[in-house]
Amino acid sequence: MKVLVPVKRVVDYNVKVRAKSDESGPDLSNAKMAINPFCEIAIEEAVRIKEAGNAEEVIAVSVGDASSQEQLRTCLALGADRAILVETDESVEPLGVAKALKEVVSKESPDLIILGKQAIDGDANQTGQMLAAMLDLPQGTFASEVEIQDGVVQVTREIDGGLQTLSLTMPAIITTDLRLNEPRYASLPNIMKAKKKPLETLSSSDLGLDLSPRQNTLKVTPPPERAAGIMVEDIEQLVDKLKNEAKVIT
Amino acid sequence: MSILVIAEHDNSELKGATLNTVAAAKEIGGDIDILVAGMDCESVADSASQIPGVNNVLLANKETYKNSLAENLGNLIVELSEGYSHIMAPATTNGKNFMPRVAAKLDVSQISDISAVISDDTFERPIYAGNCIATVQSTDSIKAITVRTTGFDACESTGGSASVNSIENDTNAGVSSFVKEEIAESDRPELTAAEVVISGGRGMQNGDNFSLLNGIADKLGAAIGASRAAVDSGFVPNDMQVGQTGKIVAPDLYIAVGISGAIQHLAGMKDSKVIVAINKDEEAPIFSVADYGLVADLFEALPELEAKL
Ligand SMILES: Cc1cc2nc3c(=O)[nH]c(=O)nc-3n(C[C@H](O)[C@H](O)[C@H](O)COP(=O)(O)OP(=O)(O)OC[C@H]3O[C@@H](n4cnc5c(N)ncnc54)[C@H](O)[C@@H]3O)c2cc1C
Ligand SMILES: Cc1cc2nc3c(=O)[nH]c(=O)nc-3n(C[C@H](O)[C@H](O)[C@H](O)COP(=O)(O)OP(=O)(O)OC[C@H]3O[C@@H](n4cnc5c(N)ncnc54)[C@H](O)[C@@H]3O)c2cc1C
Repeated sequence: MKVLVPVKRVVDYNVKVRAKSDESGPDLSNAKMAINPFCEIAIEEAVRIKEAGNAEEVIAVSVGDASSQEQLRTCLALGADRAILVETDESVEPLGVAKALKEVVSKESPDLIILGKQAIDGDANQTGQMLAAMLDLPQGTFASEVEIQDGVVQVTREIDGGLQTLSLTMPAIITTDLRLNEPRYASLPNIMKAKKKPLETLSSSDLGLDLSPRQNTLKVTPPPERAAGIMVEDIEQLVDKLKNEAKVIT
Repeated sequence: MSILVIAEHDNSELKGATLNTVAAAKEIGGDIDILVAGMDCESVADSASQIPGVNNVLLANKETYKNSLAENLGNLIVELSEGYSHIMAPATTNGKNFMPRVAAKLDVSQISDISAVISDDTFERPIYAGNCIATVQSTDSIKAITVRTTGFDACESTGGSASVNSIENDTNAGVSSFVKEEIAESDRPELTAAEVVISGGRGMQNGDNFSLLNGIADKLGAAIGASRAAVDSGFVPNDMQVGQTGKIVAPDLYIAVGISGAIQHLAGMKDSKVIVAINKDEEAPIFSVADYGLVADLFEALPELEAKL
């Protein structure tokens, strides 16, 4: 069995991103970049499936510019066998990313595709579901548990009311939630080994894809500011303020 | 303009998130239809028909739609999409599950989690954990949209009289099946709809200590939430997580107890009207968004708060 894991290069989750003062976009100059945390969980899950003897190969793929090679190398250090970069200099919407991934899927024919549930920059939460629809495959989104059985995969999903378990025929698409696993750290020897693992580059124009955006970002602005608050001395003062100043309790 | 809103429900009750979504649809303007897809869900269709301003309720009452499987529901919506300019659902785990499938099949780019309507093709949506608000204009002929419910006040739920039309489409994709569900039972209001929310974090130390929040929640009619750290540590179940990657809440009053105030947590609650933070560390970032901050040990503060309410 083959597992394909699409990963995205995003700003590190500790960075507090601000809008540029000319409102043209988020200010990412010099921001630390990293692999999207949900994609890290996806890679970890794929590697565990392989370690459990349920898969032979784990392939990481990213759609982005040349700098995404850095995150693909991280995936190789975490246990992926090889990596593919679909190179494009444009910023691609989830619809375009899913189209590019569809081409990779048709070349590689994976049995399982594991994505993050959302990228922490765009927060779109779309790519996995779109890819599933384009391929007419079943999906198990927001997964907190994945169990491979005979030709089917059982996925426990984190939903608004609690947990839901589905059984999907394979090939299938899974998107990861936070509690699926705790990703390992890459060891130094594995980081060295990763440098020798294959990383193939395809250009989006070779694939004959139209990834042009369907949405125009007109402006990016800061959220409304909250007025500064006050510190209260004790519970008595707190209750008084909530009753008589904020008037949110009676 | 003609808008199809997908109802959120559990086959017996129409969920409040539908009303926020209809409110967003009304801001766009035009005819509004509601799709109720499920099994034995006539009562939901009946509630939907009473929402003022709704033209038609489409009722797809079939085993195929019982568990809202994204494959089956997505295909149904695609079949029904002709003639609609907008297809909208709340950005619940359910809406997030099927809507991108609809968008992909229609070859349109989805607009996720809109928090404001600027015009029929232009919307605001938060990005980067709500640290930026993007204004995006869609160039697609059909707009597939999920709605951040906290961005829109719920519309009225009664007074209307839409017609209910049964539809016979059966779009069973046959690739996924429902195994089981563990739904948390609670007498408290729903987290995303509550007027008061009290949340505990890692500072609560264990699951048992969450009972310190119960008495206060009872007195305030509050829902109880949690930080990711509290959920990851197994103190409370996943459906209580508030934040960028959990639930987004904006109650009149949010009380954060033993929560440090990480960006990802703030993303889920900083649009609350009044925020109270109780933390023993005066440097905790949560105080930067709090209207009222109290530096205190929660194990002393919580019993006292319960007593004074
Ligand atoms: C401020 C801002 C302005 C933007 N402006 C534009 C614009 O003008 N034009 C435009 O085309 N786009 C624009 N974008 C799109 C942006 O670059 C993202 O690519 C897009 O939002 C994707 O959404 P997401 O990553 O949140 O997807 P999600 O659907 O949340 O991602 C989920 C999962 O899909 C997979 N995935 C996502 N992206 C990739 C990838 N590139 N490679 C491999 N796997 C991937 C990962 O497994 C990821 O965990 C803009 C984004 C922002 C934040
Ligand atoms: C991809 C990603 C997604 C995430 N999504 C979310 C999300 O949706 N929601 C979310 O909440 N987090 C999310 N996080 C996690 C987030 O970064 C923080 O780790 C988390 O919010 C911390 O939870 P906490 O404040 O409870 O714990 P801590 O940061 O450990 O804070 C505990 C606080 O309790 C206080 N405290 C301890 N004991 C007492 C006492 N006796 N009395 C009073 N105060 C006390 C401490 O001073 C401290 O401030 C995400 C992280 C990542 C990487």
